[in-house]
Amino acid sequence: MTAFLTVLFGRLPIGWLQLSHNRTRLFAAIAGVAFANLLVFVQLGILGALNNTTTAPYALFDADIIVSSADANTLTDGSNVARQRLFQAMSVPGVAEGAPLYMANLEWQRSDGNFSTLQSFGVGVDQTEFLAPDIAAEFNVLALEDTVLIDRTTRGLPGDMLGSISSRTPFIFEANGRTLSAIGTLAVGAGFSSDGTLFTSDQTFLRLFTNRSSGAPNHILLNVQDGIDLTVVVDRLREVLPLDSVQVNTMADAAAADRSYQTTERPTGIIFGFGVLIGVLVGIVIVYQILSVDVSDHLKEYATFKAMGYGHSFFLGIVFEEAIILALFGFIPGLLTSIALYAGLATATGLPIAMGPDRAAVVLLGTLLACIISGAVATRRLAGADPADLF
Amino acid sequence: MTRRLENTSPIKVAGLNHWFGTGDARKQVIWDVNLSVTRGSLTVLMGPSGSGKTTVLTLMGCLREVHDGSVQLLGAELNGATEADAVALRRRLGFIFQAHNLHESLTASQNVLMGLEVHGRGDPAQQMRAAHHALELVGLADRLYYLPANLSGGQKQRVAVARALVSNPEIMFADEPTAALDKASGRTVVEILKSLGRERGTTTVMVTHDNRILELADRIVTLEDGRIVDDV
Repeated sequence: MTAFLTVLFGRLPIGWLQLSHNRTRLFAAIAGVAFANLLVFVQLGILGALNNTTTAPYALFDADIIVSSADANTLTDGSNVARQRLFQAMSVPGVAEGAPLYMANLEWQRSDGNFSTLQSFGVGVDQTEFLAPDIAAEFNVLALEDTVLIDRTTRGLPGDMLGSISSRTPFIFEANGRTLSAIGTLAVGAGFSSDGTLFTSDQTFLRLFTNRSSGAPNHILLNVQDGIDLTVVVDRLREVLPLDSVQVNTMADAAAADRSYQTTERPTGIIFGFGVLIGVLVGIVIVYQILSVDVSDHLKEYATFKAMGYGHSFFLGIVFEEAIILALFGFIPGLLTSIALYAGLATATGLPIAMGPDRAAVVLLGTLLACIISGAVATRRLAGADPADLF
Repeated sequence: MTRRLENTSPIKVAGLNHWFGTGDARKQVIWDVNLSVTRGSLTVLMGPSGSGKTTVLTLMGCLREVHDGSVQLLGAELNGATEADAVALRRRLGFIFQAHNLHESLTASQNVLMGLEVHGRGDPAQQMRAAHHALELVGLADRLYYLPANLSGGQKQRVAVARALVSNPEIMFADEPTAALDKASGRTVVEILKSLGRERGTTTVMVTHDNRILELADRIVTLEDGRIVDDV
C-alpha cells in the first residue's frame, strides 16, 4: 500500500503512514465512517422504497393522462371524480378513449387470523388497453363475478401460498363479506400503506365496496389519439374541465408529483430525508474529529516540515490524503454491511429495499465530499504549526 | 545538488532589534545585534537562558519575521520578505532541534527522505540512496528501517542530523543539538557538523550551553539580555 501510494503521489504518503501507524485510531475512524455510511444507506434505502412503492402503481396502467380530484396529492388520496368528467373529456379533440378507475383498500383477514391490506383497483373488463400488458393478458377472465387478480408478493403470505393459482385452481378467500376467487396473480409487493395489490373488474369492485358508486371513480384514465401531442391534449382538457374540482396531468407527471409529495411534504419522506442529512453530519463530525486530533498530534512534526521548507499545500495534501483514505476505507464495510441490512429489511418488511450501483456511487461521492469538507475544516489547525515554536 | 554562493558571508545581521507582544505588553528582547558569519564556519551562540540567542537563531533562519534592522541570509534581505520567499530560503537551510522532532510513523530512512522531497519529485531510488548515505554518515547504516520509537535518544538525534544534512544545506541552524545526548554522542554530532563545514562549506550556527563542545567551535558569540557581550 505504501509503495503504491508513493508512486501515486510521487512522495511519501505521509497521511497513510500516519493513519496506519496508529491502528486503533484507524479502525475507529473506519468504523465511524462505515457507521455514517450505514446510516445514510439505510435512510436512502427506505426513501428509495418509498419512491418505488409510490410510483409502482402507476406502472400497472398504460394510460397517457390521468384526471384526478383537485384535492388529490397522490394516487391514493383526494376526493372522487364525477364520472361526468369522463364524458366531458371524451369530447375534447385528441382524446381517443377513457376509463374510470376505482380504488380502495380491502382488509382481508387471512386464515391464520392476520390481516392484509390490499390496495384494490377496479377497471372495466373491456378497458384492458388501460392496463399494463401482463395484467391485461389475465384481465378478461375477471368478467366472472367476484374474481380477482391477487398480488403473489403480498406481505405476510407464505411464499408458496399463491404460487399455484390459475383459473382452474383458484384461491378462494373472503373479504368484506364476499367470497372472492383469485384466478391469477400479479407481483407488485408491499408498500407503506398496503401489504399487496388486488385487481378486479369495476363490477366486482362495486360489489365488494358497497359504499362506492359507479358514478364516482377515484380517477379517470385517458389515452390520446396517435400522433397527437400529449401536452396539447392536456392543455385542452384543462380548458374544458373545471379545475376547481379536478386536475389533469400526464401519467408521468402525476407519478413524479406523487413521489415529490411523498418525499418532501409527507412526514415519512421528510423524516427519512432528514435521516440522510443526519448520517452525513455524523460522518463529517466523526472524520473531522479524527483528522483534527491527528493534526493536533502532529503539530510538532508539521512545524518541523515547515522549517524544512514545506509549503501549506503539502500539509493540505496530507490532510486530504487522510480524508480520502478514510472515505474509501470506511465506505467499503459500510456498503457491505448495508447490503446485508437491506436484505434483512426487505425480508422483514416486504418493502423493495435493494442496493443499486447508482445509489452506491452517489453515497461514495457523498462520502468523499463529506470527508474532504471535514479535512478542509481540520486544516485550520495547521495554523498552529509554527516552526519558531520548535526552538 | 547545485549550490549558489551569493556571498562569502552567508549571514549578515545589522542593527537587529526584536520584541514580543504589543502595546503595554510589548517587550524588546534583542537590542542592536550586529553579526557577520563566515562561510563554512561553526559559530556557537552562548548565553544564559532568556538572553535572546534562540530568538536570534530563529530570526536568522527566517522562522520569525524581522521587525527592525537587517538580516541578510544567502544574499536575501529577510526584513520585508514574503512567506513564499521565506519558504524558498528555508529549503536551502538545515535545522536541528533540541527535540529530534522525527515523524513517529516514518522509518529513519523515510524521515531523512523528507529532507530531500521538499525539493520536489526526483528519482525515488536515487533519493533513497542519498537518504541511506546520510544515515551511514551519522553511523546508522544498520538502523535504516527502524521507527523512531525503536531508536535511542542519541540515534534519533543523529537521524535528525542526517535529515538536516541530506539536502546538502548551505547553512545549518542547530538549537541545543547535544542537550539530550551523552558526551560521546554529542561530540559525534558536532564533529559531523564541523566536517560539513570543511568538506562542503556548510555554515553552522549553533545555540548551546554545552561547554564540552566549545573547543570545536570556530567562533563563540555570547549574548546577555538581548545584546552581544562577547565575540571571540
